[in-house]
Amino acid sequence: MLTYSIRRLLIAIPTLLFISLVIFLILEMAPGDPLADQPLTVPPEVREKMRAALGLDQPAWVRYLLWLKQFFWTEPLHLVDSLLGTGFADPAGRIVSWQFRAPAMDIIWQRLPQTLQVVGLAYLVGVIIAVPIGIISAYRQYSWFDNIGTFVSMVGFSVPTFFTGVVLIIVFAVNLHWFPSIYDTTLKVTDWESFLKQARQMVMPVTVLALFNASQISRFMRASMLDNLQQDYVRTARAKGMGEKVVVLRHVLRNSLIPVVTVIALGIPTIFGGAIITEQVFKVNGLGQLLITAIYANDLPMVQTLTFIFAALTVLFNLIADVLYGVLDPRIRYD
Amino acid sequence: MRLKSALLGAAAGIALAPAAFAERGADGHLNIIYWQAPSILNPYLSSGTKDVESASMVLEPLAGFNEKGELFARLAEDIPTLANGGVSEDLTTITWKLKPGLLWSDGTAVTSADVVFSYEYCTHPEGGCAQAARYEGIQTVEALDDLTVKVTFTAPKPNPYNAFVGSTSPIIQKAQFANCLGAAAPQCTEANFGPIGTGPFTVTEFKPNDVISMAANANYRDPAKPAFATVTFKGGGDAAAAGRAVLETGEFDYAWNLQLAPDVLAGMEAAGKGKVINAFGTLVERIEMNMTDPSPSLAEGERSTVKHPHPILSDIRVRKALSMAIDRNLLVEVGYGKAGRPTCNLVPAPEMFASDNTECLTQDVEGAKALLEEAGWTDSDGDGIRDKDGKKLSLLYQTSVNAVRQDFQALVKQWWSEIGVETELKSVDASVFFGGDPGSPDTFQKFYADVEMYANNFDGTDPEPYLSQYLCDKIPGPDNGWQGENINRFCDPAYDTLVAELAKTGEIEKRAEIAKKLNEMLTKDSYVVVPLVDRGRNSAHSNTLGGVVLNTWDSELWNTSDWFRVK
Repeated sequence: MLTYSIRRLLIAIPTLLFISLVIFLILEMAPGDPLADQPLTVPPEVREKMRAALGLDQPAWVRYLLWLKQFFWTEPLHLVDSLLGTGFADPAGRIVSWQFRAPAMDIIWQRLPQTLQVVGLAYLVGVIIAVPIGIISAYRQYSWFDNIGTFVSMVGFSVPTFFTGVVLIIVFAVNLHWFPSIYDTTLKVTDWESFLKQARQMVMPVTVLALFNASQISRFMRASMLDNLQQDYVRTARAKGMGEKVVVLRHVLRNSLIPVVTVIALGIPTIFGGAIITEQVFKVNGLGQLLITAIYANDLPMVQTLTFIFAALTVLFNLIADVLYGVLDPRIRYD
Repeated sequence: MRLKSALLGAAAGIALAPAAFAERGADGHLNIIYWQAPSILNPYLSSGTKDVESASMVLEPLAGFNEKGELFARLAEDIPTLANGGVSEDLTTITWKLKPGLLWSDGTAVTSADVVFSYEYCTHPEGGCAQAARYEGIQTVEALDDLTVKVTFTAPKPNPYNAFVGSTSPIIQKAQFANCLGAAAPQCTEANFGPIGTGPFTVTEFKPNDVISMAANANYRDPAKPAFATVTFKGGGDAAAAGRAVLETGEFDYAWNLQLAPDVLAGMEAAGKGKVINAFGTLVERIEMNMTDPSPSLAEGERSTVKHPHPILSDIRVRKALSMAIDRNLLVEVGYGKAGRPTCNLVPAPEMFASDNTECLTQDVEGAKALLEEAGWTDSDGDGIRDKDGKKLSLLYQTSVNAVRQDFQALVKQWWSEIGVETELKSVDASVFFGGDPGSPDTFQKFYADVEMYANNFDGTDPEPYLSQYLCDKIPGPDNGWQGENINRFCDPAYDTLVAELAKTGEIEKRAEIAKKLNEMLTKDSYVVVPLVDRGRNSAHSNTLGGVVLNTWDSELWNTSDWFRVK
């Protein structure tokens, strides 16, 4: 298992380099200009100078190599510096976002808690409600509970979050005034009152995202349970006189969880990617909003860095999911 | 009458008294929402409106513009003029005096060295300063003493109020930015995200593209202001959500630039939590005529260049007929409601510069048809499209992707088809259209179309730089990398001469007269530029926020020091 993991990690290196090149080339070939949102009153000569100050007068391959050096050498060194208080990295060499004129990684770190709180919690809530729903739906297949569950998950899966989000805002913020329509990212939880405030502003975005996640995962859970319930070992367990509780929760559930756990693990990188639309709708301003505004502003270093981090996380969690598979199912051996 | 106005004045004085004598910070917290989020608080590194306006609560210039477009002193003691000797007789120098006793928010004194430094910061060749145009034509900026700054121009400057005037040209603190000159500018993240200023507020925390937290500046020059102790300046989302947060839920006090359909905005306002306010500036939505041939049959590098005059639009009668066929009142009603008014002028304001040119406001389809007949365009084959010498009267009409612009395109296409002109519509993503990438065929500068529509305006109140865009030598083409502001490829020696005369004229009345003439040469005399709508701006404030005066000549947040809570 260890040699397998190491081998996978080594293969990941050329994969990631290739991904970074593809991202760079796509961004390079895409139309657009980082100065497009500057007003027309800025004269062309000034625009030319601003472009040069961003380093845009360099050829593309120089900019790509520079980014590689910045991402794989300067940024890790800077991280070491800030953790240990050393001074290895040259602050001038960091990846600088064009729209903020500030180190891109600093802003990513600043945005991370917001996204993990809202999107991460929504994922957790989604999983917690999806697993029991999946189990009961499968155990009582075609019952009224299963039918309602199927209906709700179909709705949750097919109605886009920009619709559910705005509906929730109009009902609960505009008409009922229960929850705020705009998320306050400056709120610090220090006491009971601010905790309640934080909880109140998280209710709507978390609900929207959790509904979406839960509908997906509950379908997987249900399908996997149904597969296992038909197996011979279930009949054997029942024939041995085991109680239904033991049969379902110990034998069937454990075996059904194997594919579901990998699905859940593969979904974790999407938490870091943020929820672009939901974050926009509720003004959560996390990583998703950071990415979309960077795309609008043609802030290539920021877009490149963010998408590459997402790509790296996806590769990593793919590996984790594969390893988990082996851990959960002793029949699977990679070596 | 006199007594009545005196009484009214006294009553107004009493009514305003509680606000005027309020203590600094007595009104608690203010919430502002901009649906475009500020990315940086240094206007010298970004000229995005969201960045300049948010920074204007912290950083101030020597003088600003009020809601009527008039200059007023901010950090300066008064406005230097020819009359008070601040501007030299030969128009080559202007001498500013700072108010004595001014302090930065960190408690240190504001001196003329800071003003000189602001100039050096923006004019550094490697800095990529976004406001460099404001410091054009300056030879030196020198400090005569601690409070006096003398600006010397390379040539007589009839309008010397460019440098250090308006929110795009503020004074930054030398002590804070001393190590941030030129290429080092982007590394000064702390300074760029939290500039020390002289304005009514100071930055306590800045989260780029998200939120700014501000507090009242303890060293602000008026001890009674600002009335608010703290401010949350939230950014992001969309105009509808920002409008909702002010007009319907009441979570926010002020929302900027609500570009929403007139009926949507009216619906929100009906909730009764706030008011929509609007004001007009110089932003004009217009159709630009291409005077050169954009035909794809021409070689690359010759398309849309002065080598080939436009086969159809070179005839003024065609251009005039196209303008006559448009119903500008309907365009306003459909696209902008209260935030727009029909115009025939490229320079619609300030009032003294606006020409009395209203002929185009009435649609005249029959007149347009007659004019085209006269120009020799007839429908010889009966297919509804006019032709001449075997060539169809068919035009490509491009603009950027924007719901209102696509509505306008459809309406104009309809009117033009009524007079026998076939129109092909094209819309380009705004970041490409305005991006200026010389490699792209779809930029507004390259103008590979017969007519195109967009909006433009000018900074401040003086239209001279704006009107100078139409000089012969500012035509974009392959030789200058398609940079140049004379989008129409208009070239008239008489126009060039008149612009040169404007550049030499100091008297304001004379200037206004010349500017009006120039405006007419581009519009009603030649129909090279076909103005459609004078676009105002909609913003909204809650009913509990007082003191808001919408200003289109400077930052919208120009007078936040006077804002207060209505109790």
